[in-house]
Amino acid sequence: MNKEERLIKRYKAEKRFQFYGKAAIFMALLFLVVFLTKIFSTGYTAFQKTWLVIPVNYNADLLYLDPDKKPTTEDINDADFYEFGIETFITLDPDASEDQIMELKKMFAFTFERELKYYLLDNPDSFGKTVDVKLTASDDLDQVFKGNYPRDIPENRRRASDYQLKIFDKLNEDGRVISEFNASFFTNADSREAELAGIASSFMGSLFSILVCLSIAFPVALLAAVYLEEFAPKNRFTDFIEVNINNLAAVPSIVFGLLGLGVLLAVFGLPRSTPLVGGITLSLMTLPTIIIAARASLKAVPPSIREAALAMGASKMQTTMHHTVPLALPGTLSGTIIGLAQALGETAPLILIGMVAFVNTIPGTPMDPAASLPVQIYIWAESAERGFVEKVSACIMVLLFFLIFMNLGAQLIRHKFEKKWN
Amino acid sequence: MNSVIFLTIVLLALSSYFFGRKKAILIQSNKRLTALPKFYGYYLAIWCGAPAFLLYALWSIFEPSIVRFFILSDYSSQGLLEGELNLFYEKVKSLSRNQYSGELTAELQRSAEKYLNFRDIAKWSKVVIVLSLLIASTGYAYTKISNNTKTREPVEIFLKGVFFLSSLAAILTTIGIIFSLLFQTIEFFQVIPLFDFVFGMHWYPAKAFVRDASEALDPSMYSDTFGAVPIFAGTFFIALIAMCVAIPIGLLSGIYMAEYASKRLRQYAKPVIEILAGIPTVVYGFFAALTVGPFLKDLGLSLGLEVSAESALAAGGVMGIMIIPFISSLSDDVITSVPQNLRDGSYAMGATKSETIKRVIIPAALPGIVGSILLGVSRAIGETMIVVMASGLAANLTLNPLESTSTITAQIVVILIGDQQFGDPKTQAAFALGLSLFIVTLVLNIVALSVVKKYREKYE
Repeated sequence: MNKEERLIKRYKAEKRFQFYGKAAIFMALLFLVVFLTKIFSTGYTAFQKTWLVIPVNYNADLLYLDPDKKPTTEDINDADFYEFGIETFITLDPDASEDQIMELKKMFAFTFERELKYYLLDNPDSFGKTVDVKLTASDDLDQVFKGNYPRDIPENRRRASDYQLKIFDKLNEDGRVISEFNASFFTNADSREAELAGIASSFMGSLFSILVCLSIAFPVALLAAVYLEEFAPKNRFTDFIEVNINNLAAVPSIVFGLLGLGVLLAVFGLPRSTPLVGGITLSLMTLPTIIIAARASLKAVPPSIREAALAMGASKMQTTMHHTVPLALPGTLSGTIIGLAQALGETAPLILIGMVAFVNTIPGTPMDPAASLPVQIYIWAESAERGFVEKVSACIMVLLFFLIFMNLGAQLIRHKFEKKWN
Repeated sequence: MNSVIFLTIVLLALSSYFFGRKKAILIQSNKRLTALPKFYGYYLAIWCGAPAFLLYALWSIFEPSIVRFFILSDYSSQGLLEGELNLFYEKVKSLSRNQYSGELTAELQRSAEKYLNFRDIAKWSKVVIVLSLLIASTGYAYTKISNNTKTREPVEIFLKGVFFLSSLAAILTTIGIIFSLLFQTIEFFQVIPLFDFVFGMHWYPAKAFVRDASEALDPSMYSDTFGAVPIFAGTFFIALIAMCVAIPIGLLSGIYMAEYASKRLRQYAKPVIEILAGIPTVVYGFFAALTVGPFLKDLGLSLGLEVSAESALAAGGVMGIMIIPFISSLSDDVITSVPQNLRDGSYAMGATKSETIKRVIIPAALPGIVGSILLGVSRAIGETMIVVMASGLAANLTLNPLESTSTITAQIVVILIGDQQFGDPKTQAAFALGLSLFIVTLVLNIVALSVVKKYREKYE
């Protein structure tokens, strides 16, 4: 091998190495793109909800009400809308057999009773008339309409039967199947039925946990950072605290869950499954993150500021509280937001303290049992129904939205309010 | 009631600030003060709030166990087991809240009345004692302040004390973690021999069904149930798969970012890659279970391989993607901090850029790179949700990445999801696993952090 050949070989190796580096970055970006595309493509349909608009005859006889008198609210509340609903569904196919009637009923969400009732309560004039009423379609038909269920497989492997599909197609031809923005996804609590399940309860759970976490972690971490950076003597004990904080930042989150379970629930007897306990557990987890951020921004305040204050006769405490801490606040706040964003996405510790309970009410205080957004993702991902897959993806989209929002907020605070010292 | 007392303390402390300041201003009209009037306010507010709050907090912590002691002291001579006493006390409490639906006995009724009575006494004596302490301490401080009382210094010492206590929070958390894990683990090893746990080859916690709390423990029931070898092996195996994905991609992209990338690419690509680290792990778990698992299964079928839908490969691979940014940004930092004169020396000898990187920069940066990899391993071992959702929950002892295995973290979740029964070996087993996880990650972190720290010092 002569000189030129060797040089060519070396240059080739150089090109190869560069290519590997580019390929690695490309791979990492590709993963992110595939990942986000997958989540969005499975999730965006959850923001649409399928309704069936069917003609309903609010006939007094069918409701067992007096036809000559306008019914009061109480009359309507007492009326039996289940039987009325079944009678209404039969009008879709008057020749339906017993079994087919049950299939007709299953084309609608089980809340049809309530929906029929509330329509009449809101529109008392429709009593005795035939009107078009919008009813929530069942999860299966919702998925068929969105194209998530294949229709061309044998009937016994399908959730929606041939008969249901026939009626559904007929309604669709008449323009009686409509798709609208799914507001109930944001206002409903969790439900066993995919078409009714919403994120309101887990959203409130997350909100309460984060508020509890913020109100504990932020003050404690800020004061701790101030002590360590401004007041602490340099000795073995403060070194020990420092090592401790660094190690705590790298402890797996599930260990904090065990701490919450073993100490907060078992020793202090705080109520299980509540955002209060979840928030305390998360605050212990975010504490080191915020302390580290706060110390870094206290360190960044130039000593001349402190010296100037001291020279004017301020005490050490006044110097710190009036000058150093306010200047370090933007950095601390952005570190806090980043820590809270981590806490918001945390699942494992919350599972251990029981925040996986099925909660179908919206919690009003941090002492009520609740789930949280990531735990909701876990719960829905573990259930078998296809309808929940799009809900999971949609819930992930909501969660990612908040995380992006918080991180951008942290960046904004940092760029806008942090003073640059040269 | 508790929140009322708390709010009263806070409000009284706030209002005593104004009294203190007013008194200082009055004094100021004819004498010189030693501190600003507001310090007199702070001084009084602290004297008003702090002792009362401390007493209130201690009282609230100890009240339940004292009441419990008095109620159960009637039954202490009957030789009842701890579990029975607990059960009885729970019944008493629910009866006193009118939520009891079981069988009523005279004893139970008597104790419930006694319980309500005690709670009432405790509540009112708490109010009276806390408030009288508050009035006494405030009155003492109020009469004490004059023109030459030192007020600024005590206030600042108090604040410093509060700051110091806050800095102890991190230590308290560590102590809390160690104690909660250690107590349960020690109890666990009293039933299951340590040797069986560390070297046992079978892990079937489901075999240890929920037992009757009043019966004594039978250790033979648990033999061959809690052998942790399969899950230790599974944990390291999945972490190994994750590192096989994360190290090459993370390291190469870190090198490229540090040495080759233009400023613009760095500016945009770096934060985008770091998004991968900010995505919640439950989201990765869902992705692994929904997309990667079935994809690998189909791929395996077309190649004629038997791939489990919940394979170690799917969980480990996705975990590796999650760890890429940790390794890439840490190794990027480490490589950037290698002094420029090392590069210049190498170029002067005629080496190409990649030769310089491979023969000069990487050896120089090796401790830092190893540190970043160790931190990545510690992440992989502690990762929970991806494994829970994407890999199996049955602890198979296997080295085939296409089969499902389980990890320490996944088993903790499996055991503790739903209702736990404290004092049961199954629950304690989860804490024993937690302790082993804590120790392993702690050692990894300490080693990694000290390696990185030494490396930084070398070039600074």
